[in-house]
Amino acid sequence: MRDKIQLRVYRGDASGGETKEYAVDTYPGMVVLDAIREIQASQDGSLACRWNCKAAKCGSCSAEVNGKPRLMCKTRVEEVYDAAGVITVHPLKSFPIIRDLVVDVSWNYKMAETIAPLSVPDDVPRPFRMQQADVSRVQEFRKCIECFLCQNVCHVLRDHNRKDGYYGPRFMVKLASLDMHPLDDQNRREFLHETAGIGFCNITKCCQEVCPEEIKITDNAIIPSKERVADVYYDPVRMLLRRLRRS
Amino acid sequence: MEAYETLKYDVLIIGAGGAGLRAAISVCERGLRCGVVCKSLLGKAHTVMAEGGAAAALGNMGEKDSWEVHFRDTMVGGASLNNPRIVEIFAHEAIDRVLELEQYGAVFDRTPEGLISQRPFGGHTYRRLNHVGDRTGLELIRTLQDKAVSLHPTFHMEVTITSLLRDGQRVIGAYGYDRISGKPIVFQARAVVLATGGWGRMYRYTSNSWESTGDGAAMALEAGAELIDMEMVQFHPTGMLWPPSMRGILVTEAVRGEGGVLRNASGDRFMYTPEYTPERYRGKFAESTEEAERWLDDKSANRRPPELLPRDEVSRAIYKEVKAGRATEHGGVHLDVSHRGAAYVKRKLPAMYDQFLHLGGVDITREPMEVYPTVHYTMGGIRVDPETCASTMPGLFAAGECAAGLHGANRLGGNSLTDILVFGKRAGDGAAAFAEATDHGVVDPDQIAREEATLNAPLGRPAAETPATIGAELQEAMQTDAMIERTEVCLSRCLDRIHELQQRCDQIGVEGGRTYNPAWHAARDLRFQLRLSEVIVRSAILRKESRGAHWRTDYPNMDPDWGRRNVVARMVNSVVDVDTTPLPEMPEHLRLVMNEGAK
Repeated sequence: MRDKIQLRVYRGDASGGETKEYAVDTYPGMVVLDAIREIQASQDGSLACRWNCKAAKCGSCSAEVNGKPRLMCKTRVEEVYDAAGVITVHPLKSFPIIRDLVVDVSWNYKMAETIAPLSVPDDVPRPFRMQQADVSRVQEFRKCIECFLCQNVCHVLRDHNRKDGYYGPRFMVKLASLDMHPLDDQNRREFLHETAGIGFCNITKCCQEVCPEEIKITDNAIIPSKERVADVYYDPVRMLLRRLRRS
Repeated sequence: MEAYETLKYDVLIIGAGGAGLRAAISVCERGLRCGVVCKSLLGKAHTVMAEGGAAAALGNMGEKDSWEVHFRDTMVGGASLNNPRIVEIFAHEAIDRVLELEQYGAVFDRTPEGLISQRPFGGHTYRRLNHVGDRTGLELIRTLQDKAVSLHPTFHMEVTITSLLRDGQRVIGAYGYDRISGKPIVFQARAVVLATGGWGRMYRYTSNSWESTGDGAAMALEAGAELIDMEMVQFHPTGMLWPPSMRGILVTEAVRGEGGVLRNASGDRFMYTPEYTPERYRGKFAESTEEAERWLDDKSANRRPPELLPRDEVSRAIYKEVKAGRATEHGGVHLDVSHRGAAYVKRKLPAMYDQFLHLGGVDITREPMEVYPTVHYTMGGIRVDPETCASTMPGLFAAGECAAGLHGANRLGGNSLTDILVFGKRAGDGAAAFAEATDHGVVDPDQIAREEATLNAPLGRPAAETPATIGAELQEAMQTDAMIERTEVCLSRCLDRIHELQQRCDQIGVEGGRTYNPAWHAARDLRFQLRLSEVIVRSAILRKESRGAHWRTDYPNMDPDWGRRNVVARMVNSVVDVDTTPLPEMPEHLRLVMNEGAK
């Protein structure tokens, strides 16, 4: 590993900004977040960045490292510096910038508020009995650490900014975790279709590629949810019945 | 004085980890207006880092577990410095709180019968840790977050509280600032709950995140509340040691619960050295590696391996091995779980596998991990009433790591996740009942002006000192002189350093403005850290014995007289005063429970 690296870090806010360059001495195992914190400690304490656990468990330190969405705490510098020892670090592009590497992700929290929680009928005996085989898939979805990297790369949100129509992959995973819970009695398909906008997803799987928890977002959450929705909304017989009822 | 926004709630909850969120659920369910403040984004609090599980005597594993055994284990693990009534409530209610969590939506690992699966852990007689792989904390915080969100308290994310406001001898709100805009906010509330977590960040090598600066306990102390057991800091036996960037990051005790073994550089399983098993645990642990092997398959007919002694004992053993010159390459010991097979390790310890592979360059299904104790948890904190979690200041309540009394001199793994559930609920109920019976009180502008001056002083002042430098020097001092092995000499040296750093704090200057400025944030946090460091060290000097996590080599034995007293800290004329206070008597019915275990 190189002894010294150069970090090009975006500095700025909603009114604009620029990339600034910092030289950082490395040490074994250094991750990009360590390098950012070295800058804060010895060069510029005002460099804004979110982080908490530094162990890839909280999902706070999301950024675009060399243009790719990553958790800075899980990205070792030698994996990402180029031949000249340069690493570029920018904030997530799909959310409004607050300052430097900190972006406004509050939209995600607003969407979360609209999702109905788990609902188990009163006549299901307590404590619950569920088989491991029946909950493993739900557990995969519940690994989500809400880093919002999937939201950041989803082209519906990133390129088309359709936050008005689509909740994004994070919430497809959340809805799937509720829908596939063995004891949940809610019908979430109408919500998936009408409100959360699952139809916007055209399965490019970008979200799945960036998930640091390796959740198979598209394969295991979105596609099965689309099938469930299609079962209700695109079954020719049901479509006809619906049309008759409306008329 | 600068203009500020005023927000009014019935109950204000400071902190949105497990304890704060569980308190919020209780307050909202009673129909009160509830505000929840957190320093980070919602769901990122320290709870998320808990790995192994939540201890509660569900008895799902075919063993005769009960609240009584859980009570006993917790008292013995805490070297009997615990408040017996707090432990009694805890052991009882842990069961209901875990089952309730499942109804909120938590999806625990299952037994073949479809019940919640429970794993063995240090100091617990039976398999008692309800878990989801090794990411139980994430499951817990996300579940509570979703439940709380559905009840609509008002969340104030990325807001730091820097001072509690008082009306006479009562807490009536708090002053803080929005981390994003830097603007001040005054919160008025009929009752305030502190759920601000611990203070591991005073040490250089810790499993704690930046947030763990002890704001809540420091503010409570400054507002007039009492702190107890502050000398009790938990050193988790297994923190990552290499590479340096990962030093201190937690390696869950579940590795040992799932059969992981400790070895020194010569390959010896040193935990079998008889002197590492103290008298009160003799005969309760496997005395040969063969028995420990058999335990993996048959847990009822064999005793647990001594790797599962409580954390204080295992940390001391590792420390002694290293000091005796039997350290591994980077100065620690080996923790090896590779004999359990790759498939098993990946299924039971997926986060550990991932963490070591990506961050440490070690494949734990093939090679041992290098580990060394890391600062992990603070048993001491705000003195609370067992029933309501009320502090000694009216209107102020506390729950979770910032409160004291449950864990005594050493916390058992798995007891913190149920602590935050049980006492989060009780603090929420206690604060709500208090709020229903009282008014909002009157805000004193002088208190606001004083805090505003402290908070803003570093802005634009020439940077003769930076928070990063002083913070690093404090961590170094605490790491060197207030760690596992303590003496009066090293503690006194540490105290001198703390006083010097407190003086230098007044010379801190920070560049930049108030918009999301980490240096400015750290300048305020540092004052809390210094205050609590002072209390830790002064309490540690006062307790002249060795008990639990507090190991004084100049007073190497447990002293029965000290076993009847807690160290208490309070502010007297703006100066920290430490003294002792009698430990609450154990009532007869609990004494019987304890004796039952001694048979």
